[in-house]
Amino acid sequence: MAVIETSNLTYTYPFAEKPAFKDVNLKIERGEFVLLTGPSGCGKTTLCRCFNGLIPHFYGGNLEGEIVVAGLKPTEHPIYEMARHVGLVFQNPENQLFALTVEKDVAFGLENIGLPRDEIRRRVDWALKVTGIYDLKDRAPFELSGGQQQRVAIASVLAMQPEIIVLDEPTSFLDPLSAKSILEIIHRLNRDLEITVILVEHRLDLAARYADRVIIMDRGQIILDGEPRRVFLDERARLIGVGIPKVVRLYLMLMGDGIDLGRVPLSPEEISESIVEVLTSDRS
Amino acid sequence: MWRCSRLIEVEDLHFTYPNGVEALKGISLSISDGEFVAIMGQNGAGKTTLVKHFNGLLKPTKGRVLIDGVDTRHVSVATLSRKVGLVFQNPDHQLFSETVEDEVSFALKNFGFDEGAINERVEKVLNLLDLIQYRKVSPFMLSGGERKRVALASVLAWDPKILILDEPTIGQDSYQKERLRQFIVQLNQQGKTVIIVTHDIEFVVECEPRIILMKDGKVIADGDAREVLTDLKLVSEASLILPEITQIFVRLNDFGFPRNVISVYEAKQLILERLFWRR
Repeated sequence: MAVIETSNLTYTYPFAEKPAFKDVNLKIERGEFVLLTGPSGCGKTTLCRCFNGLIPHFYGGNLEGEIVVAGLKPTEHPIYEMARHVGLVFQNPENQLFALTVEKDVAFGLENIGLPRDEIRRRVDWALKVTGIYDLKDRAPFELSGGQQQRVAIASVLAMQPEIIVLDEPTSFLDPLSAKSILEIIHRLNRDLEITVILVEHRLDLAARYADRVIIMDRGQIILDGEPRRVFLDERARLIGVGIPKVVRLYLMLMGDGIDLGRVPLSPEEISESIVEVLTSDRS
Repeated sequence: MWRCSRLIEVEDLHFTYPNGVEALKGISLSISDGEFVAIMGQNGAGKTTLVKHFNGLLKPTKGRVLIDGVDTRHVSVATLSRKVGLVFQNPDHQLFSETVEDEVSFALKNFGFDEGAINERVEKVLNLLDLIQYRKVSPFMLSGGERKRVALASVLAWDPKILILDEPTIGQDSYQKERLRQFIVQLNQQGKTVIIVTHDIEFVVECEPRIILMKDGKVIADGDAREVLTDLKLVSEASLILPEITQIFVRLNDFGFPRNVISVYEAKQLILERLFWRR
């Protein structure tokens, strides 16, 4: 069942001359892990803002076409209602955090939807633990480092246990080990709780292995949409300037020299297995 | 390669924030004129705190920092800024003007450039960073990646001797990253001292600068990219991960490949050589 469906969705910001994206037709199934990427300014962040109704309720502008998210039309339901179904983690955590302590920030959404105290306590603790910031719960978000703040932002959204989580470059402020652990958390939430994940990322080297599907946008349109292994091989992905993972680049370079490693690799583990296979079969 | 003039000299630098957090615990290092350095390490390691000492935004609690021989405690940020340009991690901490053009010319006006020079520099730097089409647009209408480029443009405009970029690749797509890389390398080749603070290990391996690894307010390693970034123990301690290509070669080590490979071109070469040698 589709949790997000758009048809001919076109959006223009107030006072903008051109639409930010045009005629987007998209169908995302429940439980999918979608990696959304494309050059900066391609419209991917704008598209995400439609999923929880920030567009048009907050940004105004002109939204045309159809959009249905979790069975609701974001155009007809207020943001606070959409927020129970769609959690949005922003690119810049500072735009999201405001409370005096981390714990209060994470509890805020839950208090707003009127959950019982025990349930709030339980969910806040859970969200703080899975994101690895339980020890920071009494600290003020604004005095944390960028990476720690991003974890708080993710925890606040996780606590709501939404059906869909949209993350707009959630790891950009994180060091690689923390980024990896956040992506693994998101992957687990997707796999175990069947939360639909839409991840906007430029760091495909870390994220590609978790995705069921990669969507590449350019200049307000969807250019490629499919399985990661297939999308990365498409010449257009490279031409648009998407950061093809280095393992895929190495695979393609070897292919150019007549060495076929078989399956397109999505991680160093996969490509080294293929290389070992070629080396050992060559010996025999 | 080694240049004698020490442009930045850090001597036993300690810094404690007013809230009591001890962010730097005895840092000593020197950076020569024309060097290209990447400061890496985990969130909260003190990287940003360290570079904020280079333009005098922060003053040492103990120890001292000399910029071109001058103790930062004795000069204002305004004076130091002329020499040391710092581009913040978050462009929203830096941008405030109504148009991109105003933003980029602001510092130039303050430094007393005449109107003709200002126009020339603004145009040059906006072209260089692919921003010329946004000249009359509010920086706040731009995407995160574009705003970062505006912040960089506004610093580059006054051509500081030392350019410090705090997490320059955040929010940049691969095309812009590649441009940024070429751009930084070019500036460095022209003699500018460039310091980047970054987590972006894949970006760094393509530039191969000197690496300073930090952890908990201390420097834990200082050396060549190839040497430092392929050392699993150091890299994990700094909350980084091995470069993608190194991760492949660590796994191929049993087959007699070297482990310290960081470049995709070298990787291809090594694999091809091995296969043709077998045949």
